[in-house]
Amino acid sequence: MKLELRGITKRFGTLVANDNINLVVKPGEIHSLLGENGAGKSTLMNVLYGLYAADGGEILLDDVVQNFKGPGDAMAAGIGMVHQHFMLIPVFTVAENVVLGNEPTSALGVLNLDEARKRVREISDRFGFDIDPDALVEDLPVGSQQRVEIIKALARNAKVLVLDEPTAVLTPQETDELMGIMRDLAKAGTSIVFITHKLREVQAVADRITVIRLGAVVGEAKPTDSAGSLATLMVGREVDLNVHKNKVSLGSSGLRVSGLTVVGDRHTKVVDDVSFDVRGGEILAIAGVQGNGQTELAEALVGLRTPSAGSIHLGELDITHSSVREVIDAGVGYIPEDRKKDGLVGDFTVAENFMLNKSYAPPFAKGISIDFANRDRLSDELISDFDVRTPGRETLAKQLSGGNQQKVVVARELSRDLNLLIASQPTRGVDVGSIEFIHEQIVATRDAGKPVVIISTELDEVTALADRIAVMYRGRIIGIVDGKESREKLGKMMAGVAV
Amino acid sequence: MTTTPKAANADARWSIAAKEIVSGGAFRAFLSVLLGFVVGALFMVGSNEEFLKALSYFTARPTDALAAGWGAIADGYAALFRGSIYNYNADNLVAALRPITETLRFAAPLIAAGLGVALAFRVGLFNIGASGQILFGALAATAVSTRVELPWGIHLVVAAVTAIIASAAYGALVGFLKARTGAHEVIVTIMLNYIAAGLLTFAFRQESLLRETGGGGTPKSDAPAETAQLPLLLGDSYMLHAGIVLALVAVVIYWWLMERSTIGYRFRMVGHNADAARTAGINVELTFVAAMAVSGAFVGLAAINQALGARAGLTPDIDGSIGFDAITVALLGSSTAPGVLLAGLLFGAFKAGAPSMQVIGLSPEVTGVVQGFIVLFIAAPPLIRAIFRLPAPQKTTVVADWWARLTRKKAAK
Amino acid sequence: MSTVAASTQFQSAEAPRTFKSTIVMGVFALVVFVAFGVFGKPEDVTFQWSKPDDVIHIPDFVVGSSLVGLAIGAILILIAAIVAVNASRRRRNPQWISLIFGFFAIIALLAWLAAGNAVPFAFILGNAIVLAVPIALGAMGGIMSERVGVVNIAIEGQLLTGAFLAAVVGSLTDSLLLGLVAAMVGAALLSMVLAAFAIKYLVDQIIVGVVLNVLVLGITNFLYSQWLANDGERSNFPGTFDITPIPLLSDIPIIGPALFENRLTTYLAFIIIPVLWFFLFKTKLGLRARAVGEHPLAADTVGINVARTRFWWVTLGGVVAGLGGAALTIGSVGAFGRGMSGGQGFIALAVVILGRWHPFYAAAAALLFGFSIILRVWANQVSPGIPTDFITMVPYLVTLIAVVGFVGRVRAPAADGQPYIKG
Repeated sequence: MKLELRGITKRFGTLVANDNINLVVKPGEIHSLLGENGAGKSTLMNVLYGLYAADGGEILLDDVVQNFKGPGDAMAAGIGMVHQHFMLIPVFTVAENVVLGNEPTSALGVLNLDEARKRVREISDRFGFDIDPDALVEDLPVGSQQRVEIIKALARNAKVLVLDEPTAVLTPQETDELMGIMRDLAKAGTSIVFITHKLREVQAVADRITVIRLGAVVGEAKPTDSAGSLATLMVGREVDLNVHKNKVSLGSSGLRVSGLTVVGDRHTKVVDDVSFDVRGGEILAIAGVQGNGQTELAEALVGLRTPSAGSIHLGELDITHSSVREVIDAGVGYIPEDRKKDGLVGDFTVAENFMLNKSYAPPFAKGISIDFANRDRLSDELISDFDVRTPGRETLAKQLSGGNQQKVVVARELSRDLNLLIASQPTRGVDVGSIEFIHEQIVATRDAGKPVVIISTELDEVTALADRIAVMYRGRIIGIVDGKESREKLGKMMAGVAV
Repeated sequence: MTTTPKAANADARWSIAAKEIVSGGAFRAFLSVLLGFVVGALFMVGSNEEFLKALSYFTARPTDALAAGWGAIADGYAALFRGSIYNYNADNLVAALRPITETLRFAAPLIAAGLGVALAFRVGLFNIGASGQILFGALAATAVSTRVELPWGIHLVVAAVTAIIASAAYGALVGFLKARTGAHEVIVTIMLNYIAAGLLTFAFRQESLLRETGGGGTPKSDAPAETAQLPLLLGDSYMLHAGIVLALVAVVIYWWLMERSTIGYRFRMVGHNADAARTAGINVELTFVAAMAVSGAFVGLAAINQALGARAGLTPDIDGSIGFDAITVALLGSSTAPGVLLAGLLFGAFKAGAPSMQVIGLSPEVTGVVQGFIVLFIAAPPLIRAIFRLPAPQKTTVVADWWARLTRKKAAK
Repeated sequence: MSTVAASTQFQSAEAPRTFKSTIVMGVFALVVFVAFGVFGKPEDVTFQWSKPDDVIHIPDFVVGSSLVGLAIGAILILIAAIVAVNASRRRRNPQWISLIFGFFAIIALLAWLAAGNAVPFAFILGNAIVLAVPIALGAMGGIMSERVGVVNIAIEGQLLTGAFLAAVVGSLTDSLLLGLVAAMVGAALLSMVLAAFAIKYLVDQIIVGVVLNVLVLGITNFLYSQWLANDGERSNFPGTFDITPIPLLSDIPIIGPALFENRLTTYLAFIIIPVLWFFLFKTKLGLRARAVGEHPLAADTVGINVARTRFWWVTLGGVVAGLGGAALTIGSVGAFGRGMSGGQGFIALAVVILGRWHPFYAAAAALLFGFSIILRVWANQVSPGIPTDFITMVPYLVTLIAVVGFVGRVRAPAADGQPYIKG
């Protein structure tokens, strides 16, 4: 099926998320939509899928203008979508998830689950997926959940399949398999829109590439174009994501973790016998696919989770069972992976957010009252030092852009006297400009002789920053390698192959 | 956002400020109250017999119906005014001023309990348990005020402190159960309300416990000993007692705690985003317990009012509807100190005005209708905005900046 | 970020043993054994299974009160022991164990209260059922609303609305059926306000619920005192539905009269509870409703209209709760009284949680409260010395213990109480 978008415009208040976007996807083609975080890719696809109403422009399928009032219409017209965050109901079975919204029923609207199971098995067999229709989705590994999403789309006879950042949760090997599936689907006549910001994947699988930046199409490209030229097109200027690090002589042992085990909410060892140490002036990156225990490891390090075994030492200090506040007081800076949930209070002002973990002592507190004069002065300093773009310190944090919110978090953490910095997904969902700034700050912390742990699922970020890399898989550390290790080997390790 | 250059003329700032005020919460609260009175008026008219009679020949003489309707409203609200603010029909000044003192007397527990509920609100907790906390506090206060003998002054202080501790403990129990087990505080507080009612009734029914000396089977306690009564403020001609002083002091403490102190800052942090608070090293569970204890302590002042402000024996309905009214007071006052104060005074006036409305044959329950509609309008900002075509909330901070400059001038030096 | 955690990915660790149920049940069992058994009353108690005019008469059962306490205490200790064994083997205890436990505990309480007297079993069960109907229907309304993700604190207001309109419309039109319809429509309208505020205006659902309760209480109080109190003869005298025994079924010994000699409102409850279960778990509409309550965005992406689904389920929930309100007046006492729902809507709210958002379990929990109400009345008659205030407190205490003790294992619909904001 041929898909055409003509002049799609979508505004949120004063922000133009999509500005007059034109796009043609030919039948059986893998068309890649390339753009950095916040460029408007997902918004465009949500318009296509009927989740958002466009403010202008039209959608054509096989040259017929469509009028989607909701996802139901889009699906009926043959559009399927695999969302970045899976749209599956954890407590439902695979079969229930697949038929939801399109349920086979017998008389009186009674569900026919046998028919539903049959549909799942059919598609599952056709593409060699190994999916049990009666499994609860919450019990499936992430890769399988993605396949359930694909089955869901195909069960509705999708002729155009949109995949929104589908590789974020996959190992390099799983990514390869997914690309194989995409090619099979395309061969069978399905048109595929592949949304990503990863140049490598675009080059590997796309037939054609459309690049968007700041909500507008900035050009087309061929998969054979060089990564450098694609990046320049995507960001709008020459980018140098290579981070420049000074040679620093390693200090004494900063953080020492040994045999750390954390039992998760569902009685599994989400961190399983993990040991490593990080010395002053060194960045250790914890790499791995999302959901392999990195989040829980970080939370255990800062005292948010209680380890069931093992120990954590910060210098001579045992912080294994310390409370979060004790860890903070010991000089551990923490940039959490989800800033909106854990890093900021959206309904607090920027100034109030700067004192989030400093409300017990001067300069922000005077006894048990807030020292407003100091707070305001320090806030203004931080805003200018860390280049936070905000109308003022009294602006609510939720009104800032993602990049500036992250800068508020970084400013708060780095403005303390640190003995260790832990940064979890420090640049997730942040524009390239802010990425560069935040990376500089992290490296500066290292160069000042502090131990730094970063946790990232982005291999590019890991290789750019790390002095050493520890790869996590299913809660365990598969191995710790040098920061210059090859992507291939890291990819294998992320898939659980010890090398 | 304010991209206004510094040279922007004062007019523009004034109009931005005006827009902020009109779209702000205080103005909306004012309109809600106004609208509540309008709806209350409709109910008065609709239930007025003369009006209904005149309505039957409306087409023939519409003026009759209109006059009757207007008369009903005027009489009703005049009675409310006479009962709650100033009785211009009274024989002497002492009697004429009595209504306003009654309003203050009724407002005191509403303000105190309203502060308690408001505090919990700002920590993200829904304290429906004010009623239970009042009963539990009153139970403790009554035990001291009727069963312990102490000298004047000390007796009152001991009884009052006991009440506050009891109410605070009962509140803290809610926080503890929520923190420990994750049980929702709404269910927990509702259950604890019934349990407190059961305990109090039981104690008031048992001769060996708190039953009225020589009393019968109905649950009732003795009057608090004179040494433990809240002293009258304006002599014997008025019933106004020191409860209102406690309430006003509580308003100031609440304001300082929530707006100026780091404790209140952390309370608010947990209320807005418990995850971020936990990451920032705040013990969220402990904060729940502490916040509910402080909330209960404020509610305890209402218990003192009811138990030690009384001059007669108590019955199991001593909390009246204060526990639930406190929720509406907190909502109307948008959980701020001045807001709760004003809302408490308004609802206190409603209670004070009841008898004089009764006199003219209007059911004083009409104030319940007014109260209900006020909070309905308050609860739905978009509704009020739609009715009055107000602008959407502004993102500018002109007024806030002025306010900050005014209030922090000293600090900034 | 929000990828669903997959447990199969990790090595499993030993689940911690939890003995909460064991402790709670053990304490109750010991109380029964010691208080009702060892220190129980020696008098005989007569269990009257049948009423004199029953078709099939089962002879009375006479036994020493303390003997019952000892026997049942032993049974309860045994059950607690089974629960303990299960817990130590990390096996889940099925829900029906607590139902059986509760049933035996109630029998023991009855035997203790009625020492030297008779336990009119059919009378108590029958009244418990009738008293449980408003609570159960209110809870069904709550389940319908919470299953789609809207917390309904306004059940109290809906019961009150239903009770008021059923009485007034029933009187004025002289038709109980019209009264019933008015009750359902009125409560549904209230639900629509809740739904509109919660879904369209994104107002905090708990706040709207509380506000609606205040509003309904204010309005009905005013109308009652200004109007019904003076004009009761004409406006507040609807009478009640007739008690209609169902042939044959009502002749079943013990439970027959309790279950099948009832009024229309009670029969409607008997129908609504299983029908709701069937709709929720067996049909397309139920699957969609649960999807909306669990993950509204996911439901939206497969073409389910979240707002509409929520709106109609909440509204229909109001219809059911309104019926419960009608059961208070025209299904029971036959007149409206000031604030007559008396907190039963809040009890219904607890029953929803206690019943784990499941119609059958919620109905069982509602029955517990029905028992407690009738026990209080009856206990006053058979043994006046008993502190009935404590009996009054028992169900609240049980609910509290259940909510705080077991809530960790109960999962509310994931999106319960959360507004769905569309981009």
